Amino acid sequence: MLECKNLTCVREQRVLFDNLSFTLSPGEILHVEGPNGVGKTSLFRLLVGLSSPYAGDIYWLQNNISTVRESYYQHLLYLGHKSGLKPELTAIENLQYFQSLHNPNVELDVWETLTLVGLAGYETIPVAQLSAGQQRRVALARMWFSDCPLWILDEPFTAIDKSGVKVIENLLVKHAENNGMVIISTHQDLNVPDTLYKRLMLEKPIAEAFYV
Amino acid sequence: MFNAFWHILRKDLLGAFRQKSDILNPICFFIIVVTLFPLGIGNDPVLLARIAPGVIWVAALLASLLSFERLFKDDFIDGSLEQMMIAPHPLSWLVCAKISAHWLLTGLPILCVSPLLAVFLSLEVKVFYVLFLTLLIGTPILSLIGGIGVALTVGLRKSSVLLSLVMLPFSIPVLIFSTMAIDAASFGQSYIGLLALLGAMLVAAITLAPFAIAASLRVSVS
Repeated sequence: MLECKNLTCVREQRVLFDNLSFTLSPGEILHVEGPNGVGKTSLFRLLVGLSSPYAGDIYWLQNNISTVRESYYQHLLYLGHKSGLKPELTAIENLQYFQSLHNPNVELDVWETLTLVGLAGYETIPVAQLSAGQQRRVALARMWFSDCPLWILDEPFTAIDKSGVKVIENLLVKHAENNGMVIISTHQDLNVPDTLYKRLMLEKPIAEAFYV
Repeated sequence: MFNAFWHILRKDLLGAFRQKSDILNPICFFIIVVTLFPLGIGNDPVLLARIAPGVIWVAALLASLLSFERLFKDDFIDGSLEQMMIAPHPLSWLVCAKISAHWLLTGLPILCVSPLLAVFLSLEVKVFYVLFLTLLIGTPILSLIGGIGVALTVGLRKSSVLLSLVMLPFSIPVLIFSTMAIDAASFGQSYIGLLALLGAMLVAAITLAPFAIAASLRVSVS
């Protein structure tokens, strides 16, 4: 269970959001929405512990994430704006690297995973030579073999075609039904069952009132 | 945990071999600087043998400065640095793998070509032996110290000037003790004490630098 208490995020002396509290329980998909520049990515970076909040705390299974970093990261799959792929390595090498670093206990069948994300036949081409959408698919392929309960996905649908989006939505639902948790930001509508769906709307604060 | 170390090392080496200019650039710079000296100041063997240790060491220092950009910058740009920081292993341990890969790609080639350049600068064998030892101990120290500098400046846009500024004061002691040891050897004096000092610096760098690098990364990536 992920719990945020009174989070405040300040970037460049400007308050992006303050007193943000929410809880995410197993089996929920949290859709973070809001206009550009409202702090979605900043919120995600706080949640994965890449930056620390101005005020407030984040708890994973009742422990503050800054004190249990390594055990928190065993449960976390984070896909950010940057894909994290090495452009000069092939799709296979990239996936094997991710698996060994993040999910060492998982048996990975790279060929099957790449077929599932529609990249059969592109296994041995350096990622730099793939199209933007294909590169995104290689990065997203991690969701197919990850055993982490918490997925934090920042704009995963960028450059993905319609059928690809549908496949990923189904995967998210399956993950939530298996007691997984998903936090996702996207500007598209998510087609997932209402029972699993939660929404967090971030709104722009009034600029003058919110300078620190 | 050792598996993760090995995979990061493998990924870095593989990436570097696919993009050969990354490996060749520092080592070519090193060879060019050292070979230009005899051309510039004449072929007097006594003079060359006298300045050779200093020349080789300064060139090695500059070559390693040239290569630091690559250490975390590419990873920062493509996002794999972020992914490494949220891996379920201690960051200071993973950083050791990055530094080892960096040393294998820059320090080791310098060690390999140093015999050739020693002949070129008419160094005596016993002096070269000490030069080789100081390079063997000294280049890992440079990689570790440079790692701290790179980690501190990785989030900045134009960081190379700042990096040299951060890096140079810390690498000067390595340069001084190495050249002192080589000088002592060429005068037939005992150089073991100076080598031991270098060794102490290496031990201190190996034990402390990974933690400093990990902490700096957490600061500059946030």
